[in-house]
Amino acid sequence: MHGLVNRAIQCFVRDTYGGATWERLAKQAEAPVAGFEALFIYDDEVTDRMIDAAEEVLGRSRETILEDLGTYLVSHPNVGSLRRLLRFGGDTFVEFLQSVDDLPWRAALAVPDLDLPYFDVVSEDDGVVRVLCRSERPGFGHVLVGVIRTLADDYGALAILEHEGREGVDEWISVRVLSAEFSEGRPFQLAAES
Amino acid sequence: MPMHILAGPDGVIHHVGPTMTKVSSADDLTGANLFDVFTVRRPHGIRNISEFLRHSGVRLQIQFRDPPNTQFKGIIVPCRDGVLLNLAFGTSIVEAIRAHDLKGGDFAPTDLTVEMLYLLEAKATILEEWRRLNSRLQSARSAAEEQAFTDTLTGLRNRRAMDHVLDRLVSDGHPFGLIHLDLDYFKAVNDTLGHAAGDHVLQVAARAMVDVTRAEDTLVRAGGDEFVLILPGLVDAARLLDLSRRLIQRLQEPILFEGRTCQISGSAGITVSHGGGVLPVAHLLEQADRALYFSKNAGRGRATTYAEDLPVLSGVSSGH
Repeated sequence: MHGLVNRAIQCFVRDTYGGATWERLAKQAEAPVAGFEALFIYDDEVTDRMIDAAEEVLGRSRETILEDLGTYLVSHPNVGSLRRLLRFGGDTFVEFLQSVDDLPWRAALAVPDLDLPYFDVVSEDDGVVRVLCRSERPGFGHVLVGVIRTLADDYGALAILEHEGREGVDEWISVRVLSAEFSEGRPFQLAAES
Repeated sequence: MPMHILAGPDGVIHHVGPTMTKVSSADDLTGANLFDVFTVRRPHGIRNISEFLRHSGVRLQIQFRDPPNTQFKGIIVPCRDGVLLNLAFGTSIVEAIRAHDLKGGDFAPTDLTVEMLYLLEAKATILEEWRRLNSRLQSARSAAEEQAFTDTLTGLRNRRAMDHVLDRLVSDGHPFGLIHLDLDYFKAVNDTLGHAAGDHVLQVAARAMVDVTRAEDTLVRAGGDEFVLILPGLVDAARLLDLSRRLIQRLQEPILFEGRTCQISGSAGITVSHGGGVLPVAHLLEQADRALYFSKNAGRGRATTYAEDLPVLSGVSSGH
């Protein structure tokens, strides 16, 4: 697994639950307590052990933890860069949603060996957008729910999300946009302040 | 084409794309004269539409006359009697986006500007991560060097390694010989020929020590021009003396450095540990020290074996 993913889990636990909790989790998962390098590749098993340990140490379900991780990734000030990079996807939440299938391609431009799942976006007749997340590894869909839900807030849109479960290697998420301009949202400029 | 400009044969602007309107200082550019609003930088010397028309298909570079003089690149296309300028941002893109808060929709779908901005930012983020990684590796490396057992100049072991090896030999009860060696006249080399010469002399001396000893011996640069040789299993005083003398002879051979000759020698003090952990390490080192001082005081360039009746001397400051 790419170090970015492991580092994301590490920073999420550390920033949300504190350093002592991270230490406890790392020891239980036999992960390096000092943490991961974002630019190295690690054995997949470490990631699995960390998520297993997180369930026990944090006392929450796997799905909730993964979704919280997604929320953390696009809202915590310590990882502000990812929120900005995602907002390049579109000027509005709906545009962003339609560009989710571009994510692996965009990610590969920046980090070629970050092996993201395959995404697809289907607009249904009833105004619901369904997002497919296809990966050998279960759980990415829950992270994506957290990411999309938080970005809806970021754009100022009001949306209802539901993880429809996993079938084979496919996880489907349905997104119903109730209001595209529900609130102000957070400002975003294409060119970052230098 | 959100950044086009359509002008008639007289240079009057008839139509302007929405993004171009957004970035211009005027509320509305239509009706104004193209050449009053823009300076044409390339092709050079264009002042009217008919000159434009002669350059159709040519790369165009223009900029606003008003500050901040935003630059555009594009192409000239003949259109009815006038021209169509299809424009895109040039190098001033980042400033323009900041100044006018442009969004993705302000750019033509075929325009890769937004992708470029995304890439710039993504790459900057990754670069920052590499920079942090590099600085972490740098400090890890310094820490490792501090903890290392090797003297980087001579390739011999350092004092940390010596403590380690001696402690182990004594606690395991292994017999061994110990030679404490000081280079003579080394300070003179350093003072007259400089530190580079001094470093070279230390390296040559280290090589001499490697040559006269066995692979299982531990050779230590204990600091400055001070060396300690630990020789497991070698407790025969006569052989240790012989080895020390051969080493000192080697050290007395002239050493060439950049055409100058360096002349040093060595003084040695020898002691042995017969095993069984009777003598603590500090005690052994003190014995070797005393023997070394005796050699120094007896005129340098010699080796002395420690004996209990060896006179206790107060050092080598007596002018030898």
